[in-house]
Amino acid sequence: MTQTYQARIYVTLRPSVLDPAGTAVQSGLKHLGYDNVERIRIGKYVELTLTAADEASAKQQLDRMCDQLLANPVIENYRFELLETAEAKSL
Amino acid sequence: MKFGVIVFPGSNCDRDVAMVMRNLLNQPTRMVWHEESDLSDLDVIIIPGGFSYGDYLRCGAIARFSPALQATVRHAEQGKLVMGICNGFQVLTEAGLLPGALMRNRDLHFICDRVSLKVERTDLPWTQAYQKGQVITLPIAHGEGCYYADADTLSALEANGQVLFRYCDASSAVTPASNCNGSLNNIAGICNRQGNVLGMMPHPERASDPALGNTDGRKLFEGVLLGLGAVGAKG
Repeated sequence: MTQTYQARIYVTLRPSVLDPAGTAVQSGLKHLGYDNVERIRIGKYVELTLTAADEASAKQQLDRMCDQLLANPVIENYRFELLETAEAKSL
Repeated sequence: MKFGVIVFPGSNCDRDVAMVMRNLLNQPTRMVWHEESDLSDLDVIIIPGGFSYGDYLRCGAIARFSPALQATVRHAEQGKLVMGICNGFQVLTEAGLLPGALMRNRDLHFICDRVSLKVERTDLPWTQAYQKGQVITLPIAHGEGCYYADADTLSALEANGQVLFRYCDASSAVTPASNCNGSLNNIAGICNRQGNVLGMMPHPERASDPALGNTDGRKLFEGVLLGLGAVGAKG
């Protein structure tokens, strides 16, 4: 019995890493009059579905995927949300 | 000494490197398709510039999983020479053969220019044909060349003398104004602790043929040909 999960993965720059693109976008928003905007950080959003025996296994696999490829731990952090999809598949 | 130039889908400086090695320096050189896994016939592996696998996700991130790069990691672990130029440098950091990462240029632009570089160390094959402190001019062409490493990694790099090239001005002063892409400590090229793996953003292969008006890069390849005796001399 396996479950199908949908994962929403957010990859963001580590706080210590400068984000020149974020700074440029922030300056654009200020030009539009949004003087109240601060601390813009631009990241990546990845979504995927995967099958796994249970939620713990799905999370473990996602951690590995992020560490190995989806994020570069030198400059990026990641977090993800896991949603169990409606139809569970049985083997 | 036999050279191999790795060709990924999206590599675009592979033929430039091969032309230098074969036609200017008369060295046996073969192109290595990214799906090859046996590179045991090679003495020096060069990972050229370009946009490997479209640089999807991050520059160099996908190339790292190719059979040719896995073989390159084994080659490096045996102490043999590996050099990454531009995208090749990005691939080497993604693969963990070199510390740190290459990020978007500080000013967000792709920079295509000629820059001054200070040669920091000359006791390695890569730089032994230069003079210590010498200023050379090499072309750069990159959008993601801003070198970043955390504070501990950076101080270890400096303490171990792993920075081989720094962006500088014409009088060899390493200044913020001469830091074209915002790299930490003006870093343009580094080696691993052992010294057998080099990564650099500038393109020495584009400054090797006298027909192009600048041969400052040629000495890097000539240094490699001078011998490997210096590898491991420090660290």
